[in-house]
Amino acid sequence: MKRFISSLLLMFGKDFVRPPKETWTDDAKEMHAHKKTSEQVAIRREAIKEEIASAHSSVKWKKRRWFSIIIINLLFVLSFQFDIQLVEGALTASRFVGFHMADLNSALQVTLAYKHMVINLVIGTVTVFLIWWLLGGRTFCSWVCPYHLVSEIGEMLHLKLVAKGLIKDHPMDRRMRSVLYVVFALLAFISGYTVFETINPVGILSRAFTYGASLALIWVGVLFLIEVFYSRRFWCRYACPIGLTYGLVGSISPMKISYNLENCLHEGECRKVCLVPHVLDITKMGYADDTTISVGADCTRCGMCVDKCPTQALTFKIKGLDGML
Amino acid sequence: MTITKKKTKKNPNSPASKRARREFLRAAVAGTGIAGFAMAGWLPITAQSAPPLRPPGAIDEKEYLASCIKCGQCVQVCPVEALVLGDITDGFGIGAPYLHARVQACDFSCDAVQCVLACPTGALSHDTDKKEQVTMGIAKLTKPDTCLARKGLGFKGQARGADFEGLHRYVEVDRWTPIKVSDHPYDLEICDLCVRECPIKDAIEMVPMSSDTGEKRMTPVIKEACVGCGMCEMMCPVEPTCIEMVPGVKWGEA
Repeated sequence: MKRFISSLLLMFGKDFVRPPKETWTDDAKEMHAHKKTSEQVAIRREAIKEEIASAHSSVKWKKRRWFSIIIINLLFVLSFQFDIQLVEGALTASRFVGFHMADLNSALQVTLAYKHMVINLVIGTVTVFLIWWLLGGRTFCSWVCPYHLVSEIGEMLHLKLVAKGLIKDHPMDRRMRSVLYVVFALLAFISGYTVFETINPVGILSRAFTYGASLALIWVGVLFLIEVFYSRRFWCRYACPIGLTYGLVGSISPMKISYNLENCLHEGECRKVCLVPHVLDITKMGYADDTTISVGADCTRCGMCVDKCPTQALTFKIKGLDGML
Repeated sequence: MTITKKKTKKNPNSPASKRARREFLRAAVAGTGIAGFAMAGWLPITAQSAPPLRPPGAIDEKEYLASCIKCGQCVQVCPVEALVLGDITDGFGIGAPYLHARVQACDFSCDAVQCVLACPTGALSHDTDKKEQVTMGIAKLTKPDTCLARKGLGFKGQARGADFEGLHRYVEVDRWTPIKVSDHPYDLEICDLCVRECPIKDAIEMVPMSSDTGEKRMTPVIKEACVGCGMCEMMCPVEPTCIEMVPGVKWGEA
């Protein structure tokens, strides 16, 4: 329970607090002590050298993820353009082979503004809620959201420019997303308009794919430029309320990235690629209070850390299905 | 938001505190910018003198914008592709469907109101299940002086010219498939396109302008059954159109 609450607080923008030694499990204490022996330190040092020399990096999960984002968004487009009627609508709400689906954040904004919920919207919202509870909430972000893909390309450019020393990243206070979340909820409730939808890049992109280009794409372009030149993954990291909605839904999901202390080299390559590196603070030397830990609610299950980790210290896990996988 | 002072020994001038202050400041500026930009969506709403023509079954404009989830499923089912989604220049109306009657009106060629059935949120109310119940607006003869019928003139040719892309289902041509208006030329002794192509019974009729025998001049008269679908506006062969929709009003309000 305590871990669950701190995982939520971490998502809301609180900094990760290193758990005091007294709270560690006995196994964790033993493991940390073992890892500090000079023999183990030497072994790790060697392994890290090797990792850096071999530039270990797989793209297995990234490939699958990009495939997923492209296919899902393409299905929306093809369903309309060629009248396949498989997924009709946009990412804000759709019918999947006739069955209602509603984006949870869009449904929330509409409900707050309209103060009613018709039965079709209830059906769509409950269905989507169950799906993302099972698959882990923010899985939506990295496996479905078209802006995520745009943003990943922006991030690549950003990191190249940073490596050349032309620009530097400007991190922001992560609490901004929580504040904006409350602000947009209040604005919808008080004004009676779906205020957030006006600037929602996910809806804008999804509609543009299916129904044709719009001027609203300029706004998406502005966000992209901010991410390339000013602040890495600005929208997804510090602003997007959709991410927070799905983070809450997936907070108790059985689908997790699992951290294994024993295998970890603590070299921190995973934190460098992560969209939400605060969830990986547990991988710092002496930060894990147990030998296996599920990565927190803000995790998008993108698998970049899994791809990056040379020792399988980070892996996909489905709770209750460990034996079967 | 109140910031409670923490009892920490941290030096306010330490690099960490300075970094935290900078991060907070950036977030404050960016957050205000984002919320402010989103709220700017109010401006087009207050600036417009009248809302655009909304699809059949649309509830009152304010509630319509609140309840529409901006998914465009209504756009997908319309056989004449009459519905268009709002852009960011429409502010809070972004992604919400409307019609440009002169470009493509709603001719109810779906027979029922398919867009209403497609709507997942009730922005297009399921209380509307017949075309006669629709209340999109009311037609108005805004430029009576240019009306061909009122001049006693006929009309020959394509109603809106050869390049016009608008579609219409002519029951006498094909019961199921709408065709281009430009593929269906007319030869009328007295122009009555607005009445002839109106999909609603008794919504508009041609009335002689005087009781004299031999009076050729006729005037279109809009009646209470008018639902504001925009067909007369689309079909009017005069440029600019003599008859236009007054969106969002009911009979007697216009």
